[in-house]
Amino acid sequence: MAELDTSGGSKKGGKVRSKKQSTRVDLTAMVDLAFLLITFFMLTTTLAKPQAMDMFMPDKNDKNEELDVKASRTMTVLLGSDNKIVWYMGVIGDNPPTVDNFGKNGIRKSLIENNRQVIASTGNPEKGLMVIIKPTDKSVYKNFVDILDEIKIANVPSYGINNKVEKAEIGLMKDQGAFKDKQP
Amino acid sequence: MPKVKIKRKSTVTDMTAMCDVAFLLLTFFILTATARQPEALEVETPSSTVTFKLPDTDISTLTVGQDKVFFGVVGYDVRVNTLERMGKQYNINFTDEEKKRFSLIENFGVPVASLKQFIALENSERMKIKQPGIPSDSGANNELKQWILQSRYATKELHNVDLRFSIKGDSNEEYPTIRKVIDILQDQEINKFSLITSLEGVN
Repeated sequence: MAELDTSGGSKKGGKVRSKKQSTRVDLTAMVDLAFLLITFFMLTTTLAKPQAMDMFMPDKNDKNEELDVKASRTMTVLLGSDNKIVWYMGVIGDNPPTVDNFGKNGIRKSLIENNRQVIASTGNPEKGLMVIIKPTDKSVYKNFVDILDEIKIANVPSYGINNKVEKAEIGLMKDQGAFKDKQP
Repeated sequence: MPKVKIKRKSTVTDMTAMCDVAFLLLTFFILTATARQPEALEVETPSSTVTFKLPDTDISTLTVGQDKVFFGVVGYDVRVNTLERMGKQYNINFTDEEKKRFSLIENFGVPVASLKQFIALENSERMKIKQPGIPSDSGANNELKQWILQSRYATKELHNVDLRFSIKGDSNEEYPTIRKVIDILQDQEINKFSLITSLEGVN
């Protein structure tokens, strides 16, 4: 009689032997991912810290500290509206004021140039330019940080911050159109 | 001469150890990273070229923007101590629960009178309401001055170091507001402080 083989492919009817698979897994992709994440966390934890600019103000109570600086060495920088700067050398009225803006070719050039001239005239690299910063009511905080930054970049040896803007100086700024109310 | 046959080596390397190290480091960085808290007052800091990093401890940040001043100090213990001192100053009693909740607030800008209600709010609600800022006008009602003073006492008592102050001002904040804050600091003979900026290159 004809017989039907229903037992499929199994031969001999013996044990089914599973093929032994290697336990090795390719870890390349996993390592790649891990290092990517490490890089990300390292950068975000260290770079996210805010940068800070240290600032020193003169002591308010110390009245007898009159700095002995020749007027010819001083440069008064008035911060005005619309990111404008008005500066003059020495005492007000002695030298014509100059209007500058922030940036590479603006105040930075003036600072470097003035510092160079002052050092050339005093002959002492330690007796360089003395910048007096006077932020007016029309200036914004950004201007203040920017000018401190420019002074640092220009390597000006000394600077001071003076919050007392005189009337004559405001008049000077009005003449130069740097003392306008904020446009709405 | 017989050819020298270079034995071909397998390019497969065992990465198990490398993988272990990588994940160990990853775990470390994830755990040490602190999640950034949402800020009560969004400010856009001006950029500068300085690369000095602020310290992590014993620092207070005065956020200035939109004519408002917000106060914040780092450290749970300092915050609690400062709150206790402020309570004494203004005759307000804070419960332990309130102190605990206050210690989790990074920075805030509400007058002392409404501080109790502010602490009672949920975190998500706190972000939603508009905080009026800390009263800082000169005169008897200068609460910012008190906050600064009391937090300095607190830091000195707890850590025996001087509290540093940093000003985080908005780029377009008008200078008189900044001057007001600087004046308050200077009245207490704090002549050295930091201005928080973001980074930019020299150009």
